[in-house]
Amino acid sequence: MSSQTIADHDHHDHKPVGIKRWLFSTNHKDIGTMYLVFALIMFFIGGSMAMVIRAELFQPGLQFVDPQFYNSMVTVHALVMIFGAVMPAGVGLANWMIPIMIGAPDMALPRMNNMSFWILPFAFALLLGTLFIDGGGPAGGWTMYPPLVLQTGKAFPYLIFAVHFLGVSSIMGAINIIATVFNMRAPGMTLMRLPLFVWTWVITAFLLIASMPVLAGAVTMLLTDKYFGTSFFNAAGGGDPVLFQHIFWFFGHPEVYILILPAFGIISQIIPTFARKPLFGYASMVYATASIAILSFFVWAHHMFTVGLPITGELFFMYATMLIAVPTGVKVFNWVATMWKGAMTFEAPMLFAIAFVILFTIGGFSGLMLGITPVDFQYHDTYFVVAHFHYVLLTGAVFALMASAYYWLPKWTGYMYDEKLAKIHFWLSAIASNVLFFPQHFLGLAGMPRRIPDYSVQFADFNMISSLGGFAYGISQLLFVYIVIKCVLGGKKATSQVWEGARGLEWTLSSPPPFHSFTKPPKVTKALMDY
Amino acid sequence: MYLNEWMKNFLFKLVFVVSAFFFLSPDILHAEWGLNMTQGVTPISQDVYNMHMTTLYVVTVIGILVFGVMFWSIFHHRKSKGVKPSKFSHSTSVEVIWTLIPFIIIVSLAIPATKLLARMDDTSESSITVKATGYQWKWKYDYINEDVTIYSNMAEDSVEASQRNSGIDPKATDNYLRNTDTALVLPVGKKIRILTTANDVIHAWWVPDLGWKRDAIPGFINDNWTIINKEGVYRGQCAELCGKGHGYMPIVVKAVPEKEYTAWIEGTKLALKSKNASSDKDFTMDELRAKGEGVYKANCLACHQANGQGIKGVFPAIDGSPLANLKENIPAHIHQVIYGKGVMPAFGEQLSDTDIASVVTFVRNNWGNKTGHIIQPKDVVAARKK
Repeated sequence: MSSQTIADHDHHDHKPVGIKRWLFSTNHKDIGTMYLVFALIMFFIGGSMAMVIRAELFQPGLQFVDPQFYNSMVTVHALVMIFGAVMPAGVGLANWMIPIMIGAPDMALPRMNNMSFWILPFAFALLLGTLFIDGGGPAGGWTMYPPLVLQTGKAFPYLIFAVHFLGVSSIMGAINIIATVFNMRAPGMTLMRLPLFVWTWVITAFLLIASMPVLAGAVTMLLTDKYFGTSFFNAAGGGDPVLFQHIFWFFGHPEVYILILPAFGIISQIIPTFARKPLFGYASMVYATASIAILSFFVWAHHMFTVGLPITGELFFMYATMLIAVPTGVKVFNWVATMWKGAMTFEAPMLFAIAFVILFTIGGFSGLMLGITPVDFQYHDTYFVVAHFHYVLLTGAVFALMASAYYWLPKWTGYMYDEKLAKIHFWLSAIASNVLFFPQHFLGLAGMPRRIPDYSVQFADFNMISSLGGFAYGISQLLFVYIVIKCVLGGKKATSQVWEGARGLEWTLSSPPPFHSFTKPPKVTKALMDY
Repeated sequence: MYLNEWMKNFLFKLVFVVSAFFFLSPDILHAEWGLNMTQGVTPISQDVYNMHMTTLYVVTVIGILVFGVMFWSIFHHRKSKGVKPSKFSHSTSVEVIWTLIPFIIIVSLAIPATKLLARMDDTSESSITVKATGYQWKWKYDYINEDVTIYSNMAEDSVEASQRNSGIDPKATDNYLRNTDTALVLPVGKKIRILTTANDVIHAWWVPDLGWKRDAIPGFINDNWTIINKEGVYRGQCAELCGKGHGYMPIVVKAVPEKEYTAWIEGTKLALKSKNASSDKDFTMDELRAKGEGVYKANCLACHQANGQGIKGVFPAIDGSPLANLKENIPAHIHQVIYGKGVMPAFGEQLSDTDIASVVTFVRNNWGNKTGHIIQPKDVVAARKK
């Protein structure tokens, strides 16, 4: 035991302790950890609302909650899952991984990083608090369509300000990511050598900056319509309720790509690692991601085919929507080609990644079907849509996040997670989520609208199956928490490399990495990134 | 060995139970539709169904091909089989091909979709026009040119059974949540133009058998059309979240031969006249209360609840409220029912004088409200004149 080692250790790894370490943190890893923990907590809060929904829909008749409360569960479940779980989890991963993937010491704007995280708990305190006031939480759907949303009681201003805060937080996070990637790459880390996860996040960040202010504008107009006598969306005052939908979905469609593009990046990291083979078509992956992002600004009205658009408008948005299938198809083909002739092993991250490719593609198929306007007149606002977006968001985005958690947990904690339990978690999740969402396709086709607390008896059987799948999925996620806690507390020591087939800068650092990532910029060569 | 036998036995049972559940369950057998979209009863709904099936087949084939290649790779290219990984990382020709093929598939789907959309858009040369107006939470139908207006509420037995923990089995209720007190009667074989709009928030008018849904938006009128080929009763419901009663806004279309339709129109005209004419008659308390209870269930219960307590912070209680108890508030009470207040809609147009008189009498003499006040139709007539 020499004092020299301790001093050295201090020098490299000095960090504040206690609550201050977290409250005033400017460290990308600590902030990343806080984002991830916050996202997991929100995942369970939003998930428990989903359990309420599935319990009420378990059988026909109204058993547990009143319709008003049911609607607020539907509304808040969506807001919590989108803005509280999936987006913060993505930002958390970006915080943790981007600096160590590009060879930077930290994020470019560390104090702003702190602020963009700490806004979140307050925003959600505002939103979730409304569930406990007279009149309950917002119940007009996460899409907040007027005039219905203007009937919200005391919860209304809380909802609007929560959305404002979430927007501010996201924009700051996005600025930080762009500034980091464009300014802090290590020598030799050219743009076309960037890991795909970094690429997808840069593109996502641009989507955030372009779309979030639009949402802020839309909800501000709601606020003035409700309290200051304006009539932006009030037909009686010369306004237009459909205008809100145009503005909302101009934000809303890029938003769904904000949720899924980082997932594409994660999958593009994981599949090569476990196939021990370079990613197929790196350049086309980058271009496909960029084209998806650009197209996402030209398809918003496919959420509004039934509002009565002129036929020319409907045709334009139908064609643009169908066109998105091309770059998305390219991505799926590239992943399959990456697996082709690899030497695959199937640890938990790879299992989740493979499930992602299959189930996301199924969600893509139903997406193509929904894009065909004349048929969408039947699908629109039914459980077919609910099945579609849960395939792309739960078995898509959330499965990718689970894959990333297993993939990088050893790097974060320095310990290997329990592979056997992780595989059990995977199989439970994969089976339960399909039992949960696949029957919802049938329900939608058979004519069950979404967002109803009770249904006609012909929908009873599939709703019961779906609810059973839902309960099973919900319970299985507790296993994930157990696996994570177990891994944080200890286990088999992880090497720097962790996975045999892993490539890139993050695997050159120790596991866990030092508190300040790369204090001297590493030299990036083609060989380091390649197989 | 024993375990294998047990496993086989178990798997057999599982497959049997699952398939029995899916294919033999009487509920599914007797349901109007099971797994798939309805083919409906109009030329358009048939085309929509065909387009849906075409797309479904196309994506299924793509899925089988892509997942097939993937699973072949998963089974053969694994490290445990001693495979050495290849090093290839791109191939321009392959990438061009798999960009072009999806593009061609999409164009081949877009062409029939465009043609179908153009046909759905053509509302010209219709012989009857009906305007459907969404209210929280009922539908109003105006037969334009016929001077007939009907309101369509959810049927009373569904209202009762759908109350929380009502104790009534939905399966024993006639078309639970999909039955109305008044159906929209339409003739078969005629091109009917259906306009949709709304009075308060956005609703959506949807009967799956007609092949489309369309939003009903306050301040806008959307036009749509249909030709129903087959006599029958077709059910649907509101498809756009419109508040707490969203799940309780059924639509029932009754398609009848033209003669029957004409007779129904004439009959309804007469009935509407006599309904308005009866307002000079006086009723007893019991008559008013009995009639008022029905009116309450159809129009008031969704917000003010069966027990008259409303929902705290959202919908005020009637039970014990000054408006429904104090004698000097009778005119104000009638006024509020006729003209509405804040979120409460105006019922003056949709309820007759007798309806309003009886529902006001009912709430003033029910639950804890024991005022003994009797309101007659002529009081409502007087209130309307002010």
